[in-house]
Amino acid sequence: MTATLLLARRELLAYLRSPLGASIIAGALLIDGIYFYWKGLTEKLLSAVVLQEFFYGASGPTMIAAILLSMRLVAEERQTGTITVLNTSPIKDREIVLGKFFAALGLLALLTLLTLYMPALIFVNGKVSIGHIAVGYLGLLLLGASSVAIGLFASSLTRSQVVAGIVGAVILAALILLWVVAKATDPPLNKFLSALAIHHENFRSFMIGTLELDRVAYYLAVTYFFLLAAIKVLEARRWR
Amino acid sequence: MIEIRELYKYYGDLRAIGPLSATIEKGEIVGLLGLNGAGKTTALRILACDLLPTSGTVRVEGIDVVEHPDDVRARIGYLPDTPPLYLDMTVAEYLSFVARLRGVSSQDVARRVSDAIELTEVGAERDQIIGSLSHGYRQRVGIAQAIVHQPRLVVLDEPISGLDPVQIVEMRDLVRSLGGEHTVVVSSHILGEISETCDRILVIREGTIVASGTESELSAKVLRGMQIDLTVRLKGGPYRDALGQIQALLSELPEVTRADELEPSEAGEQVASFRVHATSDVRDLVCRKLVEKGIGVLELARSERELERVFAELSRVEGDGTGKRNRRKKALQKIREPEPPVDKGPSNGEGAAPAEEAQ
Repeated sequence: MTATLLLARRELLAYLRSPLGASIIAGALLIDGIYFYWKGLTEKLLSAVVLQEFFYGASGPTMIAAILLSMRLVAEERQTGTITVLNTSPIKDREIVLGKFFAALGLLALLTLLTLYMPALIFVNGKVSIGHIAVGYLGLLLLGASSVAIGLFASSLTRSQVVAGIVGAVILAALILLWVVAKATDPPLNKFLSALAIHHENFRSFMIGTLELDRVAYYLAVTYFFLLAAIKVLEARRWR
Repeated sequence: MIEIRELYKYYGDLRAIGPLSATIEKGEIVGLLGLNGAGKTTALRILACDLLPTSGTVRVEGIDVVEHPDDVRARIGYLPDTPPLYLDMTVAEYLSFVARLRGVSSQDVARRVSDAIELTEVGAERDQIIGSLSHGYRQRVGIAQAIVHQPRLVVLDEPISGLDPVQIVEMRDLVRSLGGEHTVVVSSHILGEISETCDRILVIREGTIVASGTESELSAKVLRGMQIDLTVRLKGGPYRDALGQIQALLSELPEVTRADELEPSEAGEQVASFRVHATSDVRDLVCRKLVEKGIGVLELARSERELERVFAELSRVEGDGTGKRNRRKKALQKIREPEPPVDKGPSNGEGAAPAEEAQ
């Protein structure tokens, strides 16, 4: 556990010291703000609908930011040779993966937290419940965690950050587009594919403020699956 | 301390090392000497638990690297050929991070980091960002990270590569200072450098240890003797007579087989240089003999050429020398000689032009 915290702290400091972290946060906040202004402040909509639109709009930048933040996590260590420090230290591969995951998730949580002024505006000027806001943010964090895990897995496969970013984006896009495939297939396959899609069905309940435990379990399972895959890749490459 | 038995490492069908066997005692500074591609880095990476061997055993303090890699990792400090540094961290932050990662308790970290900084003399750069340091200082920080957790074994892969002459001397002193408290394994492809630093040299060729011993032992084994470069100031009198006197004095020593006169290695009156061929290390005997006779010894050292010869002889791959030379000769001949004319039937003016151009 100590090694996980040490690595998480180091990675978080690396994000905050380099322009990368600040640029990603700034870019995501800009897109969130523009979308919120366009959807929430230019049309006459119910407060709850504006909040739904905000969560829908924020989910895109969250996923993109997650991939951009995570693509460097292992690939950069390989590229610069610092992976040797980790490989020759008495720490487990799961500690390495978890440390890096928590660092990227921490920064993503900071980004998500910085968007809070938008729901706060709706809350003050309109009529929405705190529960709706809390559930929506939980959805954003779960979606972000899954996306970070996918990016981290992609990063563990290669020494090139660009390749890692592309691989992560392709996996994420494939999981998003599963609902399109689901629409083109017959039951029961369409239900299965729809349930696997990372955004459409699974994120909708969070958007509307309904907490469904099976949706929470879905995001946790995706996160677990890709983190486990990343650990297995590191194990296979570290000591062979 | 380290026991390596019948170690092999294959990359696919390619044998990188093996069979490799060696024993290294506690507190020793051992040099692993070999040409590029001889298997030095592979052997060191296995020792540092960074690479899994294909077969064979490696034990560090009796612990098998394959069965208990984490226990071995806690006992080892490893500096790869490129120091693994996080360029965005300061020296102190980086060393604290590595120390904690390698199991140093939070109470001891500050002291251990200070010790490592003091030993590697990077105190003035303590709060500098690593990315802003010169190559020499990065190499020092690389060594500091290898010793910050006070490992029993320190493994350094070519620590002097890319350093300037002043940095090389400082690095040599630093590596020497690690001996005793730590067991040190250093790799290099420069015999002169490794012999200055190490108690013992293991010569690796095509993944196998082909010789082991001190520089003198290797030299005696390979060259069946030793060469010494000697520079003296002759006594007064005719130059030729004085030269003859020195050669006669040297030939009185039974170990000396020959003393050839060389161009004087330094300017000055009555200065002469010799290359002394002997069956063993007679530097002290030669020095004493000459001083007793009132001859000024200006310089007396092992021949640099001898070191080169020892290394070339030890690193030579079977059949490498003449085969390579013959191939090179043939290739050169081919380039110089014109292509034999090709019979294309009745000749015309156009067909002859390219052959003329080629010549």
